Amino acid sequence: MKSVVGKPVIKAALGLAAATLMSVSAMAELTVGFVQTGSESGWRTAFTNATKAEAEARGYDFKFADAQGKQENQIKAIRSFIVQGVDGIVLAPLVTTGWDKVLKEADRAGIPVVLVDRGLDSDPSLYVTSVGSDFTMEGAMIGAWMAVETEGTCDIVELQGAVGADAAIKRQAGFANVIENFPGMQIIASQTGSWSSTGGKEVMESFLKSIGGENICAVWAHNDNMAIGAAQAIKEAGLQPSEDILIASVDAITDIFKTMADGETNVTLELSPYQGAAAFDALEAHLAGEDVPKRITVPGGLFYPETAAEEYARRK
Amino acid sequence: MMNLKGLSINPKIWGPILSLVAIIVIMGIIDPGFVRIEFKDGRFYGSLIDVLVRATPTAIIALGMAVVIGTRGIDLSVGSVVAICGAVAAMLITETDLSFASVMVLSLAAGGVIGMLNGIMVSYIGIQPIIATLILMVSGRGIAQLITGGRSVSFDSVAMDIIGSGMFLAIPVRIWIAAGLLLLTILVMRKTAIGLFIESVGANARASRYVGIEARLFKMFAYVFSGICAALAGVILIADVGIAEINRLGLWLELDAILAVVLAGGSLNGGRIYLGLTIIGALIIQTLTTIIFSSGVPVEYNLIVKASIILAVLLVQSPTTQAAIKDLNMKRKGVRT
Repeated sequence: MKSVVGKPVIKAALGLAAATLMSVSAMAELTVGFVQTGSESGWRTAFTNATKAEAEARGYDFKFADAQGKQENQIKAIRSFIVQGVDGIVLAPLVTTGWDKVLKEADRAGIPVVLVDRGLDSDPSLYVTSVGSDFTMEGAMIGAWMAVETEGTCDIVELQGAVGADAAIKRQAGFANVIENFPGMQIIASQTGSWSSTGGKEVMESFLKSIGGENICAVWAHNDNMAIGAAQAIKEAGLQPSEDILIASVDAITDIFKTMADGETNVTLELSPYQGAAAFDALEAHLAGEDVPKRITVPGGLFYPETAAEEYARRK
Repeated sequence: MMNLKGLSINPKIWGPILSLVAIIVIMGIIDPGFVRIEFKDGRFYGSLIDVLVRATPTAIIALGMAVVIGTRGIDLSVGSVVAICGAVAAMLITETDLSFASVMVLSLAAGGVIGMLNGIMVSYIGIQPIIATLILMVSGRGIAQLITGGRSVSFDSVAMDIIGSGMFLAIPVRIWIAAGLLLLTILVMRKTAIGLFIESVGANARASRYVGIEARLFKMFAYVFSGICAALAGVILIADVGIAEINRLGLWLELDAILAVVLAGGSLNGGRIYLGLTIIGALIIQTLTTIIFSSGVPVEYNLIVKASIILAVLLVQSPTTQAAIKDLNMKRKGVRT
C-alpha cells in the first residue's frame, strides 16, 4: 500500500495537516515550538523540564526539538516548525551568528520568534524579544548580598573568569557598580582563576600569602568552581572558609551545594531555569498585538547553606 | 663540536639555575614575604613552597617531553592525555569499587597506551611527530568528554586527598612523587644504555640504526614514557581539589612543558636530554606565574609579563649572547696580559 502513495500525496497531506493545525490554533490553544540547544548540563535539563511544565500548565500544544549541540539541527527544527505552522517559536540559540536566513523565513511565514537564555546578532526586528539572565545583574546581586552580610565594610579578593570572557567582564562590572556605593568596601586583589577550581585554588593560595588571610574579608568568585578551589586553599592555610573569610560565587553547579553544606562557602546564585514563563508571556502579548520590550531580564535566585544539603540531594 | 663541549658546558648548565635564582632574589628584594618560609601545622608554608607544589604537574610532563624531544620528536598531545587520564581516574573512583592501586595502574596504563599509539604513528608509520601528536591534542579533549559524559566529576577519596594536598615528613606528597620520578628517570637514562641510545637516535637516527640500535623501538618508548608522565600529572591535577574538570584540565600544559625543556637548554633538534635542568625550567615558569598572582598585576598583563621575562631568560642563555660574553672576557684578559 505504502508504495502507492507517492511523494506529492505526502506533501499534500502535510500541507493539509499544517493548514488544519493553523486553523485550530487560531481558534483555541496555542501551538508553540521550543528549539533547545541540547542537554549538555544538569542546568539545561532543568531548563527544558521547567519550560515543558509551564507550557503544559498553560494548555499549549507544545513541540520540543533537542538540537544536540548543533546549530544546523536548530535551523532544521525551526524550518520544520514553520512548515507545521506553529503560532510561535521559542529559540535558545547555540551561537550568535548565522540566523538571518531562517529568521527571515519565519518572519515571512508570520511566525514570531522569542529568544531565551542567550541573544544573537541579527536585526532585532526579526525576533520579538530576548529573554535571559543578565551577567551584570548577577554580579550586582552578589555585591548586594555581600554589602548586607558585612554591613558595608569588607576587603574583597576577586577571582575572575577567563580574561576577556563576556561573563567575567559583566559580572565584574555589576559587582563593582554595587560596592562602589559603600566606602568601606573595596577589591584589594583581583586575578583570573580561569574558571577552574585548580586555578581558583592556586590564585587564592598566592593571595593568602601576599595579602595575609587575616586581611581578607571575602572572596568573590565569578563561578562556583573557583570558589570550591578557594575554599580548599583557605582550609589548607589553617583558616575556616565561610567564617574567617566569606565566599560568594555564581552558577549553582551541583558540587557547590556539597561544599556549601559542608559549611565552606556562603552563597551561590542560580541562573534562572524558569525563563519559559517570561518567554510565553512575551509571545502571548505579541500575538495579542501588544508591544513587547526587546530585552526581558529574568533574575536568578540566591542559595544559602541552610538549604544546601537538600539541594545537593535533589540535584545529584 | 665535541671539543667545544668542555668549554660550553658551564654556562649551559648554570644558565637556567642562575636565571631561577636571579628571579627569586629580585622578587625577594621587592617583596621579602615572597621568600619567607614558615613552619606551621606540621607543614612548610610560603610562596616558594607553593611554587614547588604547583610546578609538579608541569615538571612531570616536561620530563616525558624532554625524553621525546631528545629523540628529535615532540609530543603535543600531553595536555589532552592529562584530560583523558584524569577522566579515566575520576570515573574509576566514582563508578567502580576498584582499589586505589588498581585505579592508579589503570590510569597510568591508559596514558601508556595513548603514548604507544603516538609512538607507533611516529616511528613505525613515519608520520611527522608534530602532526601525529596534533591529532590527539585536538581530539583528546573530546575523548575525555565522552568518558565522563561531558560533565565535571567530583569524588571523595582519602588516597587522592593525600596525593593532592597530603604531607610526608612535612613535605607535600606530590613533591616526593616528582622527585622519585626524576631520580628513576635519571637512573634509567644515565646509568643504563637506554639514555645513550635515545640520545643517539635523536642525534642521528640513521647512524644509530647502522650501529645496530633499534631506533624505532626507542623512539616509541619515548612516547610511551611521555604518555605515562602525562597520566601521572593528570591524576595529581584532579587530586588537587577532588574534581576532574574535563573542559579545562591540562589545557595548554603541552606548551609549558615544551618551554620547560627549551629553558633547560634542550634543542628541538634532539640529541640531548637535560632532566634536572628541565625541572629547573618548570620551576622558572611556575615562579613567574606565582609572582604574577601575588604581585597585583592587572590580569590583562599576565601573559605579557610572563612572556617578556621568559624571553629575557632565553636571550641570556642563547649561544650568541654566551659567545659575546666570552668574547668580552677574552678581550678583558687580553688587555690585562
